[in-house]
Amino acid sequence: MKIRSFFNLRDFGAGIWERSNRLQRVGIALISIFLVGLLPFAGASFLATPIASYDAVLVYPVGIFVLMALGLNIVVGKSGMLDLGYVAFFAIGAYTMALMGTLTSLNTWEIMPFGIAFAMLAGVLLGLPTLRLRGDYLAIVTLGFGEIVRLIALNSTWTKGPNGIANIPMPPDIGPLKFKLDDQKVFFWVVVVMILLTIWMIRRLSIRRPGRAWEAIRQDEDAAELMGVPTLKYKIWSFTLGAAIGGAAGVLYASKNLFIAPEMFTLNVSILILSCVVFGGIGNIWGVVVGATILGYLPDRIRFISDARLLVFGLVLVVVMNFRPDGLLPRKKREKAIVKREVSA
Amino acid sequence: MRLEIKDLHVHYGKIEAIKGISVVVNQGEIVTLIGANGAGKTTTLKTVSGLRKVSSGAILFDGQDISKVPAHERVDLGISQAPEGRGIFPGMTVLENLEMGKFHRKNRRHEMNEDLDKIYALFPRLKERTSQAGGTLSGGEQQMLAIGRALMARPKVLLLDEPSMGLAPQMIANIFRIITEINKTGVTILLVEQNAQQALQRAHRAYILETGNVVKEAAAADLLNDPAVREAYLGTGAHS
Repeated sequence: MKIRSFFNLRDFGAGIWERSNRLQRVGIALISIFLVGLLPFAGASFLATPIASYDAVLVYPVGIFVLMALGLNIVVGKSGMLDLGYVAFFAIGAYTMALMGTLTSLNTWEIMPFGIAFAMLAGVLLGLPTLRLRGDYLAIVTLGFGEIVRLIALNSTWTKGPNGIANIPMPPDIGPLKFKLDDQKVFFWVVVVMILLTIWMIRRLSIRRPGRAWEAIRQDEDAAELMGVPTLKYKIWSFTLGAAIGGAAGVLYASKNLFIAPEMFTLNVSILILSCVVFGGIGNIWGVVVGATILGYLPDRIRFISDARLLVFGLVLVVVMNFRPDGLLPRKKREKAIVKREVSA
Repeated sequence: MRLEIKDLHVHYGKIEAIKGISVVVNQGEIVTLIGANGAGKTTTLKTVSGLRKVSSGAILFDGQDISKVPAHERVDLGISQAPEGRGIFPGMTVLENLEMGKFHRKNRRHEMNEDLDKIYALFPRLKERTSQAGGTLSGGEQQMLAIGRALMARPKVLLLDEPSMGLAPQMIANIFRIITEINKTGVTILLVEQNAQQALQRAHRAYILETGNVVKEAAAADLLNDPAVREAYLGTGAHS
């Protein structure tokens, strides 16, 4: 409790935002984006990652994790459905890029809509029968789905099985910005743009009908249905939007990594992305961004302690979740479901 | 408006919770279903609002069978429920809760203000607490909010599931007084209650449910004076 009252970054940030006028807000946003855009140039500072290349780390895991965590947050944080198979959509996006990139002459940007569409289609197909389930049951089914997608990739000839797919083309240059293996600044900027688009979309939706419907579903699904909210429709929408973002992240990842194999899409990834969401602050966009950044970056930053790395990583998770059980930047307090039942006054 | 439940059967898995209930609610009435725990009162109500599936039988609303209509579309038809245990959105403010009540009617500002005024007139307490989170209200206030929210949908028939549950006697009397008031504005009410005393005093007609069957149907006033009913549901007369 003490720590929360002394160190409330969320309200501090929200306070600054609410006190500023429109012009100042645009200013704050632009400066923040500019500073984030400069991040790849900070490789020589204390931020540097030993062993792994710094600007590559910024793209994957950090950037891609943030993107995926934002997508998963729509499903888990906004509408309250526990999805343990999120990696499936990432894999579908990645395999779309890999197959279409090697078999056709389409480039990354042309394949992107296909990757997103296939991921969304998978979301709808999985969602229609399963989103009638709730809580733990849904978690188990999605977990199974994640494994099914991986096993299909592992055992099919058209996905080249465990060998994976190599020689995936890089994205074509955007004007003077060139995509290079040894200098991934441009990749990072592309990820940042995608993250910004995602945040913009989520914020738009959150203040409109879908946002209110998701919020109602999260707090009390039966009551939402009784208010005339078509709950199944909105749950599928939420699921599908999350899938779309996962798919987009997958396309970009495949195009950046140039090689993908089924072993990259294990349950671990789903759990890690879910950890990002919970660690940062479930339901709060900025919390999720911070959480995913830290959890993506930390393992590479402390790579020099090699074997003890994952131990430290786990320790950080345990310690932080103990001190801040609602995440680093939790959603606004009143949004949490605290039901205080008293005998009527 | 006429709501008619015809030979309704409802199952939870293999267990039959409702074993052929028939209930009629006419325009302008307050009809109450009373009975002990497990009699099937709440299940009946949930089936009318669409949260539970019908195994067999029919639910006729204005002569049209609605038993296949999904719950959220029944709100459009004019069936609105205040769920059991209040079922408000604890993290939303009172105003946001009320706004959710007219979710199906899209954004119509002036209509909403009109409805809000009506609801605040019925429940002045809610007006004092518009920006307070629903979860921090007292039990009675939560119940008011649940009823107010259901009224935002401009229902033809209002389904109330145990509005007296867990409330102090004074608040119970207050809630029932308001229920009568709502009824006088032309809203038909189907009321499920364990507090038979209050329910029978306020209702026009009543059905007594026992283990999924209707065992008695009569004018509420008659049941209030029926010795067998007094024995089983109203105590030995200590309250009257």
